[in-house]
Amino acid sequence: MFDYLFSLNPGIIGYLVFLITSVAVYGLFSLGLNLQWGYTGLINFGHVAFMTVGAYATTLLSLAGVPLLAAVSIGAVLAALLGLLMGFSTLRLREDYLAIVTIGTSELVRLVALNEGWLTKGAFGVQSFPLPLENFRPTVGTRIGMIVIISAIFGTTLWKLAERCVRQFRRAKTWQHQVSAIASGLLGLLAIRLWVVSAIALYDFRSSPATNGLLFIVLITVAIVFWALERLVKSPWGRVLKAIREDEEVAKALGKNVFAYKLQSLMLGGFIAGIAGAFFAWQLSTVYPTNFEPLVTFQAWIIMILGGAGNNAGTLLGAGIYWAYTALTRDLERLPIAADQVGALRIMVIGLILMVLMIWRPQGILGNKDELTLGK
Amino acid sequence: MTNPSPPLMPVLSATGLMKSFGGILAVNDASIEVTQGSITGLIGPNGAGKTTVFNLLSNFIQPDRGRVLFDGEPIERLPPYQIAQRGMTRTFQVARVLSRLSVMDNMLLAAQQQTGEKFWSPWFLPGRIAKEENAARDRAVEILESVGLAAKANDYAGALSGGQRKLLEIARALMTRPKLVLLDEPAAGVNPTLIHQICEYITYWNRQGLTFLVIEHNMDVIMSLCDRVWVLAEGTNLAEGTPAQVQSDPKVLEAYLGS
Ligand SMILES: Nc1ncnc2c1ncn2[C@@H]1O[C@H](COP(=O)(O)OP(=O)(O)OP(=O)(O)O)[C@@H](O)[C@H]1O
Ligand SMILES: [Mg+2]
Repeated sequence: MFDYLFSLNPGIIGYLVFLITSVAVYGLFSLGLNLQWGYTGLINFGHVAFMTVGAYATTLLSLAGVPLLAAVSIGAVLAALLGLLMGFSTLRLREDYLAIVTIGTSELVRLVALNEGWLTKGAFGVQSFPLPLENFRPTVGTRIGMIVIISAIFGTTLWKLAERCVRQFRRAKTWQHQVSAIASGLLGLLAIRLWVVSAIALYDFRSSPATNGLLFIVLITVAIVFWALERLVKSPWGRVLKAIREDEEVAKALGKNVFAYKLQSLMLGGFIAGIAGAFFAWQLSTVYPTNFEPLVTFQAWIIMILGGAGNNAGTLLGAGIYWAYTALTRDLERLPIAADQVGALRIMVIGLILMVLMIWRPQGILGNKDELTLGK
Repeated sequence: MTNPSPPLMPVLSATGLMKSFGGILAVNDASIEVTQGSITGLIGPNGAGKTTVFNLLSNFIQPDRGRVLFDGEPIERLPPYQIAQRGMTRTFQVARVLSRLSVMDNMLLAAQQQTGEKFWSPWFLPGRIAKEENAARDRAVEILESVGLAAKANDYAGALSGGQRKLLEIARALMTRPKLVLLDEPAAGVNPTLIHQICEYITYWNRQGLTFLVIEHNMDVIMSLCDRVWVLAEGTNLAEGTPAQVQSDPKVLEAYLGS
């Protein structure tokens, strides 16, 4: 465990790069769900469908010679159109219909991927598709430029964490504030570690161009999407979404086209998950229908609830915690029990953690406690 | 409040409204007319169909039959949000506030034609949005002050008491700059002092040019506020006239006592 925190061994760095990328990909994916559920109150139990569409569209199009940027964009737009389709068929009905239709759609999409071999290569999977920056061999100057860019991202994160830490210490009336201040401080230290790791990986770009390149662009993508979403949810547009989440009849009575806003939320969330799908595929470097089981949707729900639904920073934190947990329990695989039993055990423990969290902090880690005591 | 010379132009007129739920005829050929600048009352025993009439007028429930003219144009086919955009705002019998939004956000939400509510604008027009928000905020503070909720502006709406919620709902309706406000029992569950206050606000805004249609069981409120009163019983019109006329109408007394 201390290796993770201090070692500069290339193997450990490589694993940490994998973890950072995973956090970013799952974070991105969950940000889409958070927009739909956390802000708009749309019950989407088939979020993985958007990811599937994004992953397959990107890889298949790029195999056919479409440039990567265009392929991702088309994939994300297709995912958004899937959202449009789901929304049009259900959003006028009671909300539980959306839950059912999304589950159904995600399984349908996966089964299409499995059975329409002429298009998706079926169970054989999509292989050896182009990866972003895999043939990129940056000069020292370029690499330093890349490090400066990610430093801006990590620097901003650190700044926000420091601000939060100081604020909570100032307020420190209850022990929760102190815990929160200390946690922010520790997170800051962790962020510094990940910053160093990312910088080393980028400087040492040639060690593995595809993974280091992916790290670079996924960090930038998450930063941009996060910024864009924050801007949106704090705007009057976001206020309408929250109003719909609270009571859509009121939103209607105040002249808001609830159906259109729900569609926009569903589509934008799908668009983001579609982009996440492309990164998911690039990270795996092969894509099989089994990568898109309903479990993936529930991972996004766990991540969002852990961090606090209706909070974008919380969602990213949730993704971090989820992967930290996965990394820390990796050693369990050395125990003399079968691999699938270890898998089941891990999920059981996640379930337990969620239960404890729901008792101790039902609003999620970054959620707002005051909101829970409110009457309807 | 009697206007010196009642203007005849009806801002809202509904005729032949019908609605049945399953087998029950909740509203059966009801009509109502609201003159421009008036405070019109709608009364009737419990279950008479008053709230349902509101739902039909604002199209929260689609009428089986009937015609609704607002500002001279038929609106019975318009979705509720468009009716609200045209200037007819309703409140609910049981006050509905957006609990996890602040009182101020409840108010700001109600502002109409906001640039910032369009999907692309938050990224490209932040300056214009900020300007509109500031204007809306000033107006919201003004309205909140007039109903005594200004001190609560930054609290969660879900933390308000029942009576305060009623006030917030009325304030929020005014924030939409409506022509006509439908109030469903504004005085229900509100203490007598506050009822008096609410009545004063309603008259104050009425003098500013707003028209009101008010459902109310409290006869004192109806007597002191209304220019005209419509009486509904078992989903149909029973009587119509000035408050005094209606109150002495034997049919009305019978409907109230007999039910
Ligand atoms: N959504 C609905 N489904 C079925 N029946 C309904 C529905 N809404 C109203 N009703 C019925 O219609 C009738 C009229 O109800 P409504 O709420 O309009 O009465 P009201 O005049 O507002 O009464 P109150 O003064 O008690 O508020 C009642 O018998 C009620 O049970
Ligand atoms: Mg009623």
